[in-house]
Amino acid sequence: MHIAKDLVAASATPLVLGILAEEESYGYAILKEISDRSGGRLEWTEGLLYPLLHRLERLGHVESSWRTPEGGRRRKYYAITEDGLRELAEQRRQWAAVTDALQDVWKATRALGPVPPPALEA
Amino acid sequence: MTGTDTELEAQIAEWRSYMLRRKAISEADVDELEDHLRERVGDLTESGLNPDEAFLIAVKRMGRMDELSREFAREHSDRLWKQLVLEPEAKESADAAPRRDLVVMIVCAALGVLAIKLPALFGLGFDDSEEFYVRNTGLLVLAPLAVYFAWRRRLGAVMIAVIAGLFAVGAVAVNAYPVDTDSQSIVLSAIHLPLALWFVIGLAYMGGEWRSGPKRMDFIRFTGEWFIYFVLIDMGGGVLTAFTAGVFGAIDVDAEVFISEWLVPCGAAAAVVVAAWLVEAKQSVIENMAPVLTRVFTPLFALTLVAALVAIGVTTNAIDVERDMLILFDLLLVVVLGLVLYSISARDAAAKPGAFDWMQLALVVSALLIDVLVLVAILGRITEWGFTPNKSAALGENLILFVNLAWTAWLYFAILRRRKRFAQLEQWQTDYMPVYAAWAAAVVLIVPPLFSFA
Repeated sequence: MHIAKDLVAASATPLVLGILAEEESYGYAILKEISDRSGGRLEWTEGLLYPLLHRLERLGHVESSWRTPEGGRRRKYYAITEDGLRELAEQRRQWAAVTDALQDVWKATRALGPVPPPALEA
Repeated sequence: MTGTDTELEAQIAEWRSYMLRRKAISEADVDELEDHLRERVGDLTESGLNPDEAFLIAVKRMGRMDELSREFAREHSDRLWKQLVLEPEAKESADAAPRRDLVVMIVCAALGVLAIKLPALFGLGFDDSEEFYVRNTGLLVLAPLAVYFAWRRRLGAVMIAVIAGLFAVGAVAVNAYPVDTDSQSIVLSAIHLPLALWFVIGLAYMGGEWRSGPKRMDFIRFTGEWFIYFVLIDMGGGVLTAFTAGVFGAIDVDAEVFISEWLVPCGAAAAVVVAAWLVEAKQSVIENMAPVLTRVFTPLFALTLVAALVAIGVTTNAIDVERDMLILFDLLLVVVLGLVLYSISARDAAAKPGAFDWMQLALVVSALLIDVLVLVAILGRITEWGFTPNKSAALGENLILFVNLAWTAWLYFAILRRRKRFAQLEQWQTDYMPVYAAWAAAVVLIVPPLFSFA
């Protein structure tokens, strides 16, 4: 399934902040996490992820630090900040409003046409 | 196995050096991307691919380098604010764009020369029509620069009309007001009209996106770099003038008229456009120079200001509020703001505040104190002698700078305490920009009639 570019872009910030709210992480792991969480339907490019991480850092929503795990490579880790947690809460409220409205609309339009059967997913 | 490993290393090294050539991607970013690449290669080899294939797929998944670089450039516009990557021109062949820019620059510089010499055709020579040039020089040399940016940015008809309209308003105000040749108002207009018009140039420079904070920051950066280039060209022009005078003097030919009527005015008028072109065409030169200049002059200016404060404290001499002195102080405060802004915009957002930042805070705070002393002096004179055009303009300017410096100092302090971020200080500065423009316009348009053109 292809997800429209606008939708990917709009959901990018809350997804990254949400993942980082659980624990600090680094670029590749975040990308994998997003792919896993969406069952492979959200495939982000590096050109989306890294500039986004840098923007969130500039805005103070995340903090980065270079660290070298034992026996590993130097790696840039990102952690969420207080500001970022606030932003995440705000995004969550906004997304809840949007999904609520969408749910309502889906229910109302169900009678009008065939709904793609969710069974296909399985 | 070691064989393929070294092969992989060689491929990664090659990829790395290729990435580093992208101006929008810094070395730290390449480090980060390399880690990403290696991780993916590792995952792919684990799933059964050989390192060669894994590397190819990993690189391919990272996306085309152009696109990656463009995405980085979007976020890190400070690294690449010349918009080379973001503008449609990037799609043209690499040779055509610079050549066309060069032509645009030459045409506009020629317009500048024409604008400064054309009045002489109508009997307005430099010597006998001094008043005309006091009123209009700013207008004449800046209009070609506006044309240059309107052309380069391919502005729409509405934007061009707005800019032309603003220039026309300035031209009418400075020429139609019945001010005397030796009045304060005429000098104030002569100083403030170019300042106000500079912000109109800003509209053209920003291509109409004047509401955008980053665009305004670009314009601030452009202003500083334009100034550096302009000063450099002027110094070169000074050397050329000296040689011209010397060489023709040696062969007993009087070159003075040529120098004062043609070489200096035409050279300066053309330099306004050439400097603007150089800022964008030779971006990397100035990018290397400006941060160095900032680093060198921040401590020196801080020392000078502190020394001035100490001297005022020891001698208890009040600041002389003659016009020249006030202009000097205002320029000093603007330079301080410029230094602060430039170093903020050039700094790595992720870098932690250090000793240099404390020095900048000291610079801002001492500038603030100097501004307070100037304000006290002006207010003292105003209560004693009443308002005049000069003192009103100076009072307004110093109040505007005071508000900016005070809030900048507070923000800087909060940044050093890790309560705020540099982005907020940058935003404050870009949000504040219209205040300067409004004040400069007010001094040209409103102050003269307010004081009945005194």
